[in-house]
Amino acid sequence: MLDVDLVAERGRFRLEARFRAPTPGVTALFGPSGAGKSTLVHALAGLIAARGRIALGAECWLDSARGLAVPAERRGIGYVFQDARLFPHLSVAGNLRYGARRARAATPVVREDEVVALLGLGALLARRTAHLSGGERQRVALGRALLSQPRLLLLDEPLAAIDGARRDEVLPYLERLRDALAIPMLYVSHQYDEVLRLATEVVLVAGGRTVAAGTPAALSLDPRLRPVVGGDAIGAVLEAEVGPLDPASGLASVAIGAGRLRLALPGAKPGDRLRLQILARDVILATEAPRGLSVRNALEGRLEELVPEGPDEMLAVIELGGPRVLARITRAAADELRLRPGLGVWALVKAASLRGHAYTRHA
Amino acid sequence: MLSAEEWQALRVSVCVAGGSVAISLPFAVPVAWLLVRARFAGRSLLDAFVHLPAVLPPVAIGYLLLVLFGVRGPLGGWLYATFGLRLAFTTAGAALASAVMSFPMMVRAMRLSLEGIHPGLEEAARTLGAGPLDRFLSVTLPLMAPGILAGVVTAFAAGLGEFGAVITFASNIPGETRTLPLALYSAIETPHGEAAAARLATLSIALGFAGLLSAEFLARRLRARLGG
Repeated sequence: MLDVDLVAERGRFRLEARFRAPTPGVTALFGPSGAGKSTLVHALAGLIAARGRIALGAECWLDSARGLAVPAERRGIGYVFQDARLFPHLSVAGNLRYGARRARAATPVVREDEVVALLGLGALLARRTAHLSGGERQRVALGRALLSQPRLLLLDEPLAAIDGARRDEVLPYLERLRDALAIPMLYVSHQYDEVLRLATEVVLVAGGRTVAAGTPAALSLDPRLRPVVGGDAIGAVLEAEVGPLDPASGLASVAIGAGRLRLALPGAKPGDRLRLQILARDVILATEAPRGLSVRNALEGRLEELVPEGPDEMLAVIELGGPRVLARITRAAADELRLRPGLGVWALVKAASLRGHAYTRHA
Repeated sequence: MLSAEEWQALRVSVCVAGGSVAISLPFAVPVAWLLVRARFAGRSLLDAFVHLPAVLPPVAIGYLLLVLFGVRGPLGGWLYATFGLRLAFTTAGAALASAVMSFPMMVRAMRLSLEGIHPGLEEAARTLGAGPLDRFLSVTLPLMAPGILAGVVTAFAAGLGEFGAVITFASNIPGETRTLPLALYSAIETPHGEAAAARLATLSIALGFAGLLSAEFLARRLRARLGG
């Protein structure tokens, strides 16, 4: 468990952060630009002064009450910067070795050949850093941080400086690290899709404070998340397991509460863990069982809550026997259907619009 | 081609220039670092003090050195009593005088290169477990190398040619403190010394060229190594 309760100041900006992150796992520090995420990771790494307490399990890096503040170079916290910060006077191999030589851990957690294989660095080792692509630079920076045998890995928007196509090149490597290594990671991002793909836990940072925390699924229903992700990205996140595949259609069946969704999941095997985002704008709400529709997925549930969203729209929270989905509807429709909490409803989901992030199950 | 005295002047010049670089280098690197990276009270005062020799008349610097490092001066007296080291009117003294004169140039060259190094690289080294001295030696110093080289070359070239401070503090003693410019000056002052003066002037030009060309060559090789 990573335990953080600190106050840090950078110029006039004041950050107050309090959260606990389960370890191992990837905890995303998610929030808009300027929210204080970067200040927070700088304070965690010890690169700027902070007051309060930071502890990972039995190891304490900051405890102002006891006058303890371990300097950055002795925290054993790996840091992957947005701009990679590779040493230009060293080759790729030299950069990797820089951290490895100074590792404080008595027994290495990751070996060099393992890191080189995981991050696909073999062909780059002899290269100078100046001519690497953005994606390659970040992979080398990741490898360098990992080989310093960190107790905790901080990733400060490692994909922000990379263009879209290259980002998709680096993301799978991050997923591999998450699934293969037991090093706890804090992943800073203002991209919700990255967070949904990588995080096992999310801490929402806004206006210099940690506002809310929880699993991606729990946080997806939290009203405090909505202004941060913006209207079109609002939607329930569900954790599920891939069920049997239908041999005829090739669609996978996924249990959601009492109901089932059928959807195309290329490459997924029964038993795989699945994180599914169902956008509120893609859910249609019906008060009767639908008939004669092309929509394959109708989930029966109960209307739990109606939340006004702007002047014309409302957000319906639909309970599906455990999990919940969100549906965006117009105020006019809500009035016409005489929607009220407690009403039995159907949530219709178009399979083609679902976003699924499958990942391997942790041992 | 050159007379024995002219060879001697060349040898003295090289010794004085080399000595001046050896004296100023160990101070210039930390001073440049302090001026660029450190935040402390009195930084502008240090900055001004470092640049003083660039704006004072060289003769005034020579005079101040004489006052401080003369055998009866506070520092010179102590050096003589403790180590038996005499600076005034010696090659070492000439080296000291040209070291003081070229110090601002040397610091400036290093500052420029240090300012070009992203401080984030030192931060990165820190998160990888490098302490302050380790960071400086493993990251900052290698990246400063082109600036250090430029500083050394300009200071060496300036040391070959320093006149005012040297003649005031160390005088014009053949074989001891008579460097190329002092020999050139003496030749001009001597009747029928025109040929010698021409040879010494030509020699100075050749040395200057050689210095600049080799500096450029070394800088290019260093930049290539740094991947720039």
